[in-house]
Amino acid sequence: MKATGVSVSLGGSSVVSSVDLHVSPGEVVALVGPNGAGKSSLLGALAGDLSFTGDISVSGAPLRSYKPVALARLRAVLPQKAALSFPFTVGEVVRMGRAPWSGRPESSDDEDAVVEAMEVTETTGFAARPFPALSGGEQARVALARVLAQRTPLLLLDEPTAALDLRHQELVLSVARARAAAGTAVIVVLHDLSLAAAYADRAYVLASGRVRSEGPPSQVFTSELLSDVYQHDVEVLPHPRTGTPLVVPRRP
Amino acid sequence: MLTAYKKMGLIGLLIVALAAVCVLAAGRGQVPISPSEVAGSLLHRLGLDLGPMPSAVQGENALWLVRFPRVVLAVIVGASLGCAGALMQGVFGNPLAEPGVVGVSAGAAVGAAAAIVSGVTFLGGWTTAAAAFAGGIVTTFIVYGMSRAGGRTEVVTLVLTGVAVNATAGALLGLLMFLTDDDGVRAIAFWQLGSLAQATWGAVAVAGPCALAGLAVAVALSRRLDLLALGERPARHLGVDTERLRITAIVVTALLTASAVAFTGIISFVGLIVPHLIRMVAGPGHRVLVPASALGGAVVVVTGDLIARTAIEYQELPLGVLTAVVGGPAFFWLLRRTRARAGGWG
Repeated sequence: MKATGVSVSLGGSSVVSSVDLHVSPGEVVALVGPNGAGKSSLLGALAGDLSFTGDISVSGAPLRSYKPVALARLRAVLPQKAALSFPFTVGEVVRMGRAPWSGRPESSDDEDAVVEAMEVTETTGFAARPFPALSGGEQARVALARVLAQRTPLLLLDEPTAALDLRHQELVLSVARARAAAGTAVIVVLHDLSLAAAYADRAYVLASGRVRSEGPPSQVFTSELLSDVYQHDVEVLPHPRTGTPLVVPRRP
Repeated sequence: MLTAYKKMGLIGLLIVALAAVCVLAAGRGQVPISPSEVAGSLLHRLGLDLGPMPSAVQGENALWLVRFPRVVLAVIVGASLGCAGALMQGVFGNPLAEPGVVGVSAGAAVGAAAAIVSGVTFLGGWTTAAAAFAGGIVTTFIVYGMSRAGGRTEVVTLVLTGVAVNATAGALLGLLMFLTDDDGVRAIAFWQLGSLAQATWGAVAVAGPCALAGLAVAVALSRRLDLLALGERPARHLGVDTERLRITAIVVTALLTASAVAFTGIISFVGLIVPHLIRMVAGPGHRVLVPASALGGAVVVVTGDLIARTAIEYQELPLGVLTAVVGGPAFFWLLRRTRARAGGWG
């Protein structure tokens, strides 16, 4: 996926302005930045939800040229908040991820994809429970399982770790890494910069709708840049054992 | 929650229940005919020389000229309303939505009242039905057109527009009743109460194909309606053309409701309560919910009509009043039950 000069306006004001972005198979790319920086709007444009100016191409063809179902076989999107208007069971929800493949040869993998997605997100145990009866964190993992079951070469994840405890945050990002290792391209919006530093190949730091910096987290995440972007003193320390950047706000 | 096997069983059970209640309903009335004679008469017409013929004087005529068209129309109307309710609730993602929400019933009532008051008879005895049908369809499209912006439809806007249109339709109805004479007021009032007393084979011939076509499309939409439960965007991420799905579902709902209401007047709550009950038993999957709601709606309306015309001797209760008397309290109970369990609809 490649985006060139992408701008998005919402309600008359520009929330993303001329952003260039690309992601290749096997890569995990993190979008970070303060609240209101335009991360989710950018992801919305990449997902085809928001109208934009500029060019976005998926698998070499313009995003706008795809029919919904063709696009659904190429990319899956995890929304920030999982909603469900009727009490479907967890198993039924995950199976919905297979809908784009209905009537195609790939639909013979339906069972496989669902079982695998539920295993890696540790949701197999809830299969028979109604989705609304789960806790927020459990719902978030089920939503991720649905997205994984779609088995697309491109994954767009909007804050997949927001509702999760420490162990499941690591679990979710390990799953994203594993998918990337298998050739999937992953774009993930993250708030936790240390998580982004540990799991992303590259990061885009956004502020006020623009890309402030782009590159491997170890190069991009500097005390200067982050302090400026977040308007709060930020310290970046190398982890004593692994050397990956640890990002912590400076506290008295 | 039932297994797939048991869900099929539920459909089978509803078909059996519908057949039973139809035979029973056809036999009850001023000329009593036993169920076996009803079945016998049916089989003879089909060319099978089985079972007894009606023994009562005029029994055969009572069945074929009065009861059967009425029972068949009840089946059609019930199935249309049940199916339309399930569709609407799926499209709005809200278990409280029903065809009345988009203004079909209110628009149909205004159409019917306008025909009654103006006294036009361009289609003879069918004028009121045709005007009601047109009123329902036109109103639905007005609501839909007004609530669309930038190629998208916000659910909240759609519902609120429906509220405004319903209020306007209510005012127009009041104005029409004010303009007309006592006979007109009576006719409008009775039309709004809902009744199957005007059932004829002609009505069956018009409403039947509408119902069949609507049901077929509704069943074809059911898988996509499941995905819509995730929300508009996630459904689109899964390949659903949500805007087209919504329009198709609304057209089908308008067709089903307007054609049902046109011949019978307003029969409320069937479209709301029946899908609710089915969802409690069979879960929210639309592949079972849509056909089961149609069958359930048919059972309810046939039964309701049977009670309406036999509860008081030589008198007919308005069917719409009967369904509202049962449906209103049932609605309260549903509200309380859902609130207690799921903390409301948010």
